[in-house]
Amino acid sequence: MIVEREMAVSGPQTLFDKIWKSHLVDEQEDGTCLIYIDRQLIHEITSAQAFDGLRQSGRKARRPEANLCVPDHNVPTTPGRGGTEEIEDDESRIQLEVLENNAAEFGLPYISINDERQGIVHVIGPEQGFTQPGVTLVCGDSHTATHGAFGALAFGVGTSEVEHVLATQTLIQRPAKNMRITVNGSLPRGCTAKDLVLAIIGKIGTAGGTGHVIEYAGPAIEELSMEGRMTVCNMTIEAGARAGLVAPDEKTFEYLKGRPQCPKGGQWEAALERWNQLPSDNGAKYDTEVKLDVSEIVPQVTWGTSPEDEIGISGNVPDPADVTDANRRSAMERSLEYMNLKPGTKMTDIEVDKVFIGSCTNSRIEDMRAAAEIAKGRSVAPTVYAMVVPGSGLVKMQAEEEGLDKIFTEAGFHWREPGCSMCLAMNGDMLLPGERSASTSNRNFEGRQGPGGRTHLVSPMMAAAAAITGHLTDVRDFLK
Amino acid sequence: MDKFTKLTAVAAPLPIVNCDTDKIIPARFLKTLTRTGLGKNLFDPLRFDPKTGEENPDFVLNKPAYRNAEILVAGHNFGCGSSREHAPWALLDYGIRCVISTDFADIFYNNSSKNGILLIKVTPGELEKLMDGAERGANATMTVDLENQEITNSDGKKIKFEVDPFKKHCLLNGLDDIGLTLQKENSISSYEEKQKASEPWLYA
Repeated sequence: MIVEREMAVSGPQTLFDKIWKSHLVDEQEDGTCLIYIDRQLIHEITSAQAFDGLRQSGRKARRPEANLCVPDHNVPTTPGRGGTEEIEDDESRIQLEVLENNAAEFGLPYISINDERQGIVHVIGPEQGFTQPGVTLVCGDSHTATHGAFGALAFGVGTSEVEHVLATQTLIQRPAKNMRITVNGSLPRGCTAKDLVLAIIGKIGTAGGTGHVIEYAGPAIEELSMEGRMTVCNMTIEAGARAGLVAPDEKTFEYLKGRPQCPKGGQWEAALERWNQLPSDNGAKYDTEVKLDVSEIVPQVTWGTSPEDEIGISGNVPDPADVTDANRRSAMERSLEYMNLKPGTKMTDIEVDKVFIGSCTNSRIEDMRAAAEIAKGRSVAPTVYAMVVPGSGLVKMQAEEEGLDKIFTEAGFHWREPGCSMCLAMNGDMLLPGERSASTSNRNFEGRQGPGGRTHLVSPMMAAAAAITGHLTDVRDFLK
Repeated sequence: MDKFTKLTAVAAPLPIVNCDTDKIIPARFLKTLTRTGLGKNLFDPLRFDPKTGEENPDFVLNKPAYRNAEILVAGHNFGCGSSREHAPWALLDYGIRCVISTDFADIFYNNSSKNGILLIKVTPGELEKLMDGAERGANATMTVDLENQEITNSDGKKIKFEVDPFKKHCLLNGLDDIGLTLQKENSISSYEEKQKASEPWLYA
């Protein structure tokens, strides 16, 4: 977007300002900047046309080792799925083969679906230490904001920009505005990072962050684990902002130390020294400030077809007639018609057909543990199909070491191989027309989980609870 | 990419707020390996019945007057959601070269301009007038003049608009970003030398 903004030249700087300035390669008179990109993650859906573009113009990848390729969106999650050659769907198999061939042709590191490190790009980047504080990181995927949890400036780009980064290791950008969201209080029992970020989106709206980079700060953010911070940053795009950031701290360094691609030995100390300079300076200026307190929130659930359509689980489906803004009212009416919901219905009376625990928002080990805590010793309702899709092979292995897979399968959940799965329903894991899900993913758009499918976004604990009762459920009832 | 200079065409009204990229082109159509051929699936959830696959006669682009629309007048926050460039590719493949709204999602905005699609941001009052203009069916012809940054509504009234000067330059001339950036090769190389010295672990 056209953002006219003067960045402070001296004086206190924000985390975003610091990363931006340290990556500035060139600045034109009209304010258009060329910024250096340190890292790029590449998956099969948004890259084929970029590699084609390079081939057509006879260009090479400038720094192959600055990229990491992995298939995730389109991979089967069927247990014992085998290799690429065993994928039945022709289009899917070809798309994976094309990625594999492109990676080989241009010399880019590639993780295949047989590799235990395979998983969703936004899960494996941090796992491999590919994601680091202070770097610029992009991917042809809007949920790239996830990596901001490490204090990296990370954002989604289109395929033309994927090609641009491959060819030049830079992007043409204008600086974003700074927004700080300060989250006070402490999350109550039954509420998680997912509930926190849904509450934020409900407050600022799905276009509330457009043109901004959002820095999340305050005690409730500091208290979150790295997994929780990733969940919050992941959904930043659902508030319209391309990137979310959390200042790196001891938790960040603890998570990263010893990861395969992180600096080692003396370089680790040098990196720490640099990373410790990153947090925003006292007195840094933000274009927009938002504050909220989460100590009183209840578990969140969406009722409509935009992530901003959220409400506490103890609430009722809202009535468009109560809304004065005509645009908002007609959007609500359309949402409710699509969702087949009547105003005033208790949220906990809404029955679900499928439950999906997974996606780049909620498929890390902490999410698996939270869902298993609810599933333990209980059974999935006979009317429900419930699937758990770990975010990576490493998450899956860790969960199996802890016996979580047994807890899930004994309760009647299906334990799957890693991938994006039913979050966007490209790989055959999907809702049928009219089916309704409780899903730990990030988007409840019309048709997102399958044509005519209806999605309610929730946390992993809430999803597990809905699987057991067969309807949207206040997970706090299970925690008494 | 094709140049965008001046366009006179039918404008279709699409007053949906937060029209997301899953509505513009659902994920199941992203298995393609090319940039073309996506027009037939543009707005699939709105254009076709999810159960029967038949055309929904109420959807604007299915109405005879709007089948050849090249301009969309859309509700607030058009293009939110995923980063898929398939969204502008689908618009372009269908024949849409210009979208007018009160706001666009950031990634969609960037992706569109890289494909020769002009996105124009107007005020809510102006959008209302243009939406009215677009409601006139086959008579809803508008003219978009990028050089002069001016829309001529179907009633002949003119509305000025703002555009990022660099994007305007690229659109008017159909310029390839990568070619422009590679002219700055020396700056990129010297940046890398400096970074290699200060953060060698990024080059391990």
